[in-house]
Amino acid sequence: MVYFLIFISAIFVNNIVLSQFLGICPFLGVSKKIDTAMGMSAAVIFVLTLATVVTYLLQMLLVKWGLEFLQTILFILIIAALVQMIEIMLKKVSPALYQALGVFLPLITTNCCILGVAILVANGTEKLPMGAEHGMLTGTLFAFATALGFGLALILFAGIREQLAMNKVPEAMKGTPIALLTAGLLAMAFMGFSGVV
Amino acid sequence: MEKLQSSFKNMVLSLVIISMVAAGLLAGVYILTLENINAQKKAKQEAAKLAVLAGHEDGTAIETAVDGFGGTFRVMVGFDAEGNILGYEILEHQETPGLGSHMVHWFKNADKPGQNIIGRKAGELQVSKDGGDVDAITAATITSRAFLKAINQAYAEFKGTEANTGASQLQQTEAVEEEVIIIEEKETEVSHE
Amino acid sequence: MSNALKTFTNGLLKENPTFVLVLGMCPTLATTTSAINGMSMGLATLFVLVCSNVVISMLKNLIPDKVRIPAFIVVIATFVTLVQLLMQAYLPAIYDVLGLFIPLIVVNCIVLGRAEAFAAKNSVGLSALDGLGMGLGFTLALTILGAIRELLGTGACFGWHIFPDNYGALVFVLAPGAFIALAYLMVIINKLQKK
Repeated sequence: MVYFLIFISAIFVNNIVLSQFLGICPFLGVSKKIDTAMGMSAAVIFVLTLATVVTYLLQMLLVKWGLEFLQTILFILIIAALVQMIEIMLKKVSPALYQALGVFLPLITTNCCILGVAILVANGTEKLPMGAEHGMLTGTLFAFATALGFGLALILFAGIREQLAMNKVPEAMKGTPIALLTAGLLAMAFMGFSGVV
Repeated sequence: MEKLQSSFKNMVLSLVIISMVAAGLLAGVYILTLENINAQKKAKQEAAKLAVLAGHEDGTAIETAVDGFGGTFRVMVGFDAEGNILGYEILEHQETPGLGSHMVHWFKNADKPGQNIIGRKAGELQVSKDGGDVDAITAATITSRAFLKAINQAYAEFKGTEANTGASQLQQTEAVEEEVIIIEEKETEVSHE
Repeated sequence: MSNALKTFTNGLLKENPTFVLVLGMCPTLATTTSAINGMSMGLATLFVLVCSNVVISMLKNLIPDKVRIPAFIVVIATFVTLVQLLMQAYLPAIYDVLGLFIPLIVVNCIVLGRAEAFAAKNSVGLSALDGLGMGLGFTLALTILGAIRELLGTGACFGWHIFPDNYGALVFVLAPGAFIALAYLMVIINKLQKK
C-alpha cells in the first residue's frame, strides 16, 4: 500500500514540474508537439531511475569516506557520463530506440530534475507519503514515479499547446508568456490533489 | 598562447589537473568551514532550547520529528516539571509557505486562547475538527494535526524519561558529545588524504 | 571602454537571462516566494557566474576542445560547492530556505551557456563583466518577481507589511502563482519593448 502511495504522491500530489519546479526547461522547451514530449518523457524515465540508483550507491561511499562535500561535483559528472554511456549503448543495442530517444539524451544532462531528484534521494529528503521509510527501494520507486509524473505533466501540457497553436493569442502573449500561463492553470488543477496522500 | 590540441594525452592531463585542483580546493574550504557549520547547528539547537524553556531552569526540552504535509518537520518542545508546555520552536520544516508555515507562530499566539497551546497540558491535544479543543491553522488541517501529534509525541517521551529524573537532559548532552567526536574523526580522515 | 560597458549592460537589459533568454526557469519560479529569497538566489548565482566565467576564460587555452564541456562542468560545480559550504557556515538561515536549489546552480543553463558562448572566446576582464551583467540581470529579475509575488500573496514587500495581514491572494505564493506572475511580467515587458 505504501508503495502505491509513493506513486500517487509523486505523480499527482507533489508533481515534480508543477509543484516542485524541477525540470521546467524541458517542460517549456520540448512541449510543442505530443510526439517529442513522449520521446523526452521516455528518456527521462529511463535516465532518472538509473541515475538515482547509481548516485544512491555513490553517496553511501561518500558518507563512508567523509567526502560528502564532493556530492554536487561527482553527481553531475556521474550523470553526464551515464547519459553518454546510455547513448553509446543504445546506438549499438537498439538503433530503433536510439532513433526515438537519441536527440533527447544530450539535453537530459542539464535537466535539473535528474540532479535534483538524485540529491534528494541520496540525502534522504525526498517527499514520501506517511509511513514510508527512506531507503534504496523507496528512493528508486520515488525516482521512477517522479519521472512518470514529469511525463504526465509534459504530455498533458504538449496536448494543450497543440490546441493552443491554432488559436489567436494577443501579440504580447505569444510564445513563453502564454505557455507559462497555461502551465499556471495546469498547476492549479494539480493543486486539487493536495491532501490526498 | 597557443590553444592545446585535442590529443589523448592533453585531454586526460587537463581533465585530471582541473579535477585535482578542484578537489583540493574544496577539501581545504570544507575543513575551514566545517567547524563553523557545526557551531551554527549547535547554536541553533541551543537558542531553540533557551527559547522553549522560557527561563524555567527546571524544564526539559525534547526534540521530536513527524511527517507533515510537505515532508518531515522537527519540533523542540519545552515542558515544566508537571508536564505543562512552556514553549516550542520549529527547527526545520517544508510546509507550504503562507499556510502550514504559520505553525511557527500560530500555536503560541497569546491573544487567541483557542489556538494557543502554551501552558496547556500535552498528551491528548487534538484539533477541534477531530473533537479536541485546539483551533487548527486556517486551511492547513493536516499540518495542524501533524504538529499536535509532534507535541503529544514529545510529551510521551517526556513522561518516559521522567521516571528516571534528570536522565533526559544528561542523555542529550551525551548525545551531543558523541556527535562531536564522530565529526572530529571525520576531520582527521579528510586531512589524511 | 564602450565595448566593456556594452558587455556589462547586455545581460542586464538586452539579453536579460530571465525575461529575454528564458533560461534558468527552475530557480526563477521556485525560489521567488519572497523578494529576499529571490534576491539571495540571484546573488548566489551571480557569484558562481562571475567566478566560473573568470576561471574558464583564464583556462580557455589549456582545455582541449573535445573535453571542454566536462572541464567547464567541473569548474562550475567547484564554485557551486564553494557557495554551498560558505552559505552553510555563514548564512544558514538563507541556505535552509533555498535548499536544493543551491546545488542545482550547476545545471542552470545560464552558467554553462555563458561559459560556452562568452568566456571560452573572450578575455578575462570582459568575461568577468559579462558574468556580472548576466548575474545582476538574473538577480534583478528574481527580486522583482519575488517582490510582486510577496506583495500579491501576503501583502508585504521585503518583509515590510504594506497591506494589513489578511489581504493577500495566497495562490501567488504557491506554485500556480509563480507561473502566472511571471507570465504577466513578461507580457508587460513585451508591451514596453514594442513601444
